[in-house]
Amino acid sequence: MIRNQVIHLIQKEILLEWRQKYAFQGLFLYVISTVFICYLSFRQVIDLPTWNALFWIIQLFAAVNAIARSFLQESRGRILYYYVIADARAVILAKMLYSLLLMWVLSVFNYLCYSLFIGNPVQDVLLFGLALLLGSMGFATVLSMVSAIASKAGNNSTLMAILSFPILMPLLMTTIRFSKNALDGLAWSVSYSFIIILIALNLLSGALAFLLFPYLWKD
Amino acid sequence: MVNQSTSPGIVWWKWVGAILVLYSIIQGLLIQVPRLPILHETIRNLFFHVTMWFSMIAMMIASLVYGLIYLRTNDLLHDIRAKQYAYTGIFLGILGLATGSLWAKYTWGSWWVNDAKLNGASASLLVYLAYVILRGSMEDDHKRARVSAVYGIFSFTLMLVFLMILPRLTDSLHPGNGGNPGFGTYDLDSKMRTVFYPAVIGWILMAFWITDIRIRIEKLYIKSWES
Repeated sequence: MIRNQVIHLIQKEILLEWRQKYAFQGLFLYVISTVFICYLSFRQVIDLPTWNALFWIIQLFAAVNAIARSFLQESRGRILYYYVIADARAVILAKMLYSLLLMWVLSVFNYLCYSLFIGNPVQDVLLFGLALLLGSMGFATVLSMVSAIASKAGNNSTLMAILSFPILMPLLMTTIRFSKNALDGLAWSVSYSFIIILIALNLLSGALAFLLFPYLWKD
Repeated sequence: MVNQSTSPGIVWWKWVGAILVLYSIIQGLLIQVPRLPILHETIRNLFFHVTMWFSMIAMMIASLVYGLIYLRTNDLLHDIRAKQYAYTGIFLGILGLATGSLWAKYTWGSWWVNDAKLNGASASLLVYLAYVILRGSMEDDHKRARVSAVYGIFSFTLMLVFLMILPRLTDSLHPGNGGNPGFGTYDLDSKMRTVFYPAVIGWILMAFWITDIRIRIEKLYIKSWES
């Protein structure tokens, strides 16, 4: 029942995105221009921790911009329509999964752009890919939920940032440390604890969003 | 009409809190403390600084619990409680930062250092402040209560987990980590424990008392506003 609804809702999201291509293309342009500004200001980043931190900060801002739309763009009438036809849990699940897809695409694109302009010192690309995967997953779950909260409180994009930054901090700090290990090409066994913490944080925020969203949904 | 002010005196746990805090202030300044390098006499700040964080976490948990109860019952009274516990939490957090900053100046030589525990503390304060802003941005009582309860539960839970895993991720300048003299394992001698534990309990009770008064004030305010 819920699975069907989730699949339909995700299809709807993709279809909408496809019809309003400008928003989607806007995100890519956002990443390109941010990376380009960093390139102009830094030229070449030789220091590894700086490379890493800068990459994740760009990633963070791109994520907030990308996912802020997920609830903020919905009109009041459309929200009412979803409320009537779909289960609340299906709605949040679909939003999270769609944000996840979007974040994965965006993070790979960000990585490509970033390594093109600023250089690519990553020694263990596979491990870095895992960091991207898990980090984006956390961004997607937390930000979808925060977007829902911010949309209830009067569609304010400043609110989105101040609500999400402090709760993204644990995730961001763990991911930055984790991806630093990948940059240095350390053995995978060093990073196991980070992988476990990231998976646990993702599961926790996903479960909390899944449980709490129905309360937010009824108006 | 009988109202709450005719209730007989102060409830027992408030007496306990006041006496324990008084005891910890007097005894905390008088007892013999171990002579440690770097710390010297500033070690007495332990009774005032660390207790703030313990009480702040107690306030966080109380706010979380009342948020949950609100979502179950839809009674605005619980929303007032969740809010006031969060406000007291902010107050204690600021006190904790201030006492910690002072302590850092005299031991580590700087008002603010880059340290995992400080980052955790400031992140939790940011969450609280975001909670206040979120509350301020909505007009409708029930909507505000529901949305902020959801945000409170979501963020405070993630924050509590963060505060638990953070120290395991990095070195810290704080005692017991990174080669600093620690209290927990060997240096917090039995004499200091006799002040520290009562101080923790005392300040937590005081925090509940402060919040209790604020909740009653707000209830009276609402009553006068309605009539």
